[in-house]
Amino acid sequence: MDIKEIIQPENLVHKRTPLMTDATLSYCPGCGHGTAHHLVMEVIEEMGIQQDTIGIAPVGCSVLAYDFMDIDMSQAAHGRAPAVATGIKRLWPEKYVFTYQGDGDLAAIGTAETIHACNRGENIVIIFINNGIYGMTGGQMAPTTLEGMKSSTTPYGRDAKQMGHPLKITELVAQLPGTYYVTRQAVHKAGNVRKTRKAIMKAFEVQRDKKGLAFVEIVSNCNSGWKMTPNESNEWMEEHMFPFYPLGDIKVEGKIVKDLLKELM
Amino acid sequence: MGKMRGAIVVDTERCKGCEVCIVNCPTDTIGMAEEVNGKGYHYAYMKHPENCTGCANCAIVCPDGVITVYRVKTEK
Repeated sequence: MDIKEIIQPENLVHKRTPLMTDATLSYCPGCGHGTAHHLVMEVIEEMGIQQDTIGIAPVGCSVLAYDFMDIDMSQAAHGRAPAVATGIKRLWPEKYVFTYQGDGDLAAIGTAETIHACNRGENIVIIFINNGIYGMTGGQMAPTTLEGMKSSTTPYGRDAKQMGHPLKITELVAQLPGTYYVTRQAVHKAGNVRKTRKAIMKAFEVQRDKKGLAFVEIVSNCNSGWKMTPNESNEWMEEHMFPFYPLGDIKVEGKIVKDLLKELM
Repeated sequence: MGKMRGAIVVDTERCKGCEVCIVNCPTDTIGMAEEVNGKGYHYAYMKHPENCTGCANCAIVCPDGVITVYRVKTEK
């Protein structure tokens, strides 16, 4: 069979979602941000809620998310996306509101906003991209940087005695009564992408059913910040990030499903 | 049982040559072109088009969403 016979409109199985604009993504080659963007937009497309969704772009690499996502979006001050989302959702309870934040935004400068939005149980979705580094500003240490991990501000590796321990903010918010669905996923392999898509879908369904806050962490790579090729960084992530940030659901239907104490040991 | 045949179309000008699709392709279909696009990146192309089953793994992991996938069931 000739390739031209296969490439026919009736045989189409996957194409770029029209909810992503034609703007070229500003991310480095191989960055998980792009995959995560597409997933969020695919879910919104599948649920048919493009007209009813408001996204909050953070400060960080994904600061330009409003250029790429063809939905209504607002920009928040650094770390304040959950606070802005709270305001929008309370004024427009029938709209779908989500924040899209990186680890420097959500787990460092926005820790207070994150924890209090989760504790209040605001009916929003938080998409949290964790790559263990401040990507946009040049690969500085973030709260999520692993122990011993090199960054531009920890050239000899993160020393817990001097710089503190890496922060598992997802496990932290899972313990708050306001969160209804908390999960950690990845987007570097096709299987993980499919699971992440399901998780994001579930998060938006939690919001639709007004159950509480849904928090989806996506462990991602930062090949530029980690000074690796995209595939090397994905392997490094599997080897080093996943043992500390294990994938899977943490809280489902308001109940913690993972033995957190065991994992924190 | 019918065999799945697939094909991909790569938006070469948007491809950033990250090669994530290559490691996610279970059938060794995709390779990187010798040529570069307008931005100077080597872009993905079907190196072994006869291998493609249209599983769409490459397309869903592509960070820039440049891959369109087609699939057809053959009678053989």
